[in-house]
Amino acid sequence: MTLNRRKLLGSLLSILTLLLAFLMFFPILWMALTSLKTEALAISFPPRILFTPTLENWRVAILDSPFLEFMWNTVIITFFSILLALILGIPTAYAMAFYASKRTDSSMLWIMSTRMLPPAGVIVPIYIIFLRLNLLDTYLGLIILYAGMNFPLVVWMVRSFMLELPYEVLEAARLDGANLWQEFSQVILPLLIPGLAATALLAIIFTWNEFFLAVNLTTRDASPLSVYVSTFKAAQGNLFIAKMSAAATAAVIPVLIAGWLAQRQLVTGLTMGAVK
Amino acid sequence: MASTSLSQKSALAPNKVRKEARKFLSAPGLIFLVIVTQVPFAIAIYFSFTNWNLLRPNSRGFLGWDRMWRNFRRILANPDFYTVLWNTVYLTISIVIVTFLVGLLFALLLNRPFLGRGVARTLLISPFLIMPVAAAVLWKNVLLDPSFGLSAYLLKLVGINNFYLIEAFPMLSIIGIVSWQWTPFVMLILLAGLQSLPESTIEAARIDGASGIPMFRYIILPHLRRFIEIALLLETIFILNVFGVIFVTTTGGPGIRTTNLPYQIFLEAFSRWNVGRASAYGIFAVILANIVVVIFLQVLRNQNQEAAA
Repeated sequence: MTLNRRKLLGSLLSILTLLLAFLMFFPILWMALTSLKTEALAISFPPRILFTPTLENWRVAILDSPFLEFMWNTVIITFFSILLALILGIPTAYAMAFYASKRTDSSMLWIMSTRMLPPAGVIVPIYIIFLRLNLLDTYLGLIILYAGMNFPLVVWMVRSFMLELPYEVLEAARLDGANLWQEFSQVILPLLIPGLAATALLAIIFTWNEFFLAVNLTTRDASPLSVYVSTFKAAQGNLFIAKMSAAATAAVIPVLIAGWLAQRQLVTGLTMGAVK
Repeated sequence: MASTSLSQKSALAPNKVRKEARKFLSAPGLIFLVIVTQVPFAIAIYFSFTNWNLLRPNSRGFLGWDRMWRNFRRILANPDFYTVLWNTVYLTISIVIVTFLVGLLFALLLNRPFLGRGVARTLLISPFLIMPVAAAVLWKNVLLDPSFGLSAYLLKLVGINNFYLIEAFPMLSIIGIVSWQWTPFVMLILLAGLQSLPESTIEAARIDGASGIPMFRYIILPHLRRFIEIALLLETIFILNVFGVIFVTTTGGPGIRTTNLPYQIFLEAFSRWNVGRASAYGIFAVILANIVVVIFLQVLRNQNQEAAA
């Protein structure tokens, strides 16, 4: 009897959990569903759950709009800023992992603290510097800033992955006379690939979604998707609710996928390794 | 090339060369980080002591030693500053409380094996992944729009007409949207904490007759403490920067009722073009964030010492 009751309670809790999870996800699902309705259907009362889906909004919102130009900007900026952060961050992580000194711990904390500097506190000087160097509304400007934003994440995550590598393998490579570059490229790098992939996926999430720097430092040519999405307003211009939903859904799908793929490393990345 | 010569020497004098290798490897990244983060902040401090307004090109320059604090004095004398500061603190604390309570509930619910747990987890983390401005656009136009939104229909069901939730409750709307996005963050960290609790501890407590609330109060909660500290402090640091959601939903209004510090800086800088005052506001934002960062780093250090002891 007690066993049955416990089982029943367990099942109820499981159903409750799934129900709450569905409720949290519902706004995103509703956005995706709305994007597949006709405009008339999207604003019809009562809202329709069952309907014949149409891809017309997607065609208009993605192909007959500047969407792809902004998406291209986001892709370029995200890719190169993460590449730059990796190129600068991996050697730093390597030095911090294998050539540690007394100051390593405080250096690591300092690196972490730079990630926590409020962007609003430095936006004015950055704007003025960009104005002087002709970096406003350019890819290069945002790539440099986002690389700076991703650098602490790269150093913290890559270092923690390096510290988990089996020490004997490194020892053996050194005894075989491998130089620094050989040790890194032939021994460490192959073992590090999964960790680097997880790091890059997390960096994609933050870079793709960034808005504050993007909206203040670009006007049109180099503006990423987040700036474009922020201009969506109901019943204004030719973008209505269904088309707006299509564009917004398209803008968030790549990051949803990156996040789902990186689920296992998400916690480590979000806390910079403070929680494993 | 340089790396080859360094490592050839390393067989002879490992320690000295290792030190050189460390500098050589970490220097480019660290110099880059200083240029991108610390140099702008140093310039912000200088700007905060100037009278510079981009609309008045001749206004540049240091205010002078006797008048250098003018921007700060004017900000502190302006009652709006305290409203903005209060908005920032109120917004942050409300979101932290809401996300903590809901996130803890979700973490506890997910911390038991059941069919579909992976799916539930995946669904639950999704709000955190989507871009904040997209979340704001979604809530503002698709869900809460007074005439076409889903909320209009739901309100109609209970007999209320044409009611714009964001206009009626601007601050609550922002708290709601940001909490929706950040609950998964707290949930994930607390879930990691729950899963690191050794099974044997729970078993031992159970044999001693603990279950339900006493189990939670005396066994689970103390273990979770360090995860709660990390989650809430980190969240606070990032929530202080909320901008996109305000930009899309209320533009800081009505009046300045939902203007927080980042939004105020944005207005000073990019609609009034007041470089001096915006920089001074920026210094306040950095001070506010650094108070939390210092506590966070202290907590991390203490936890590492506890773990080492």
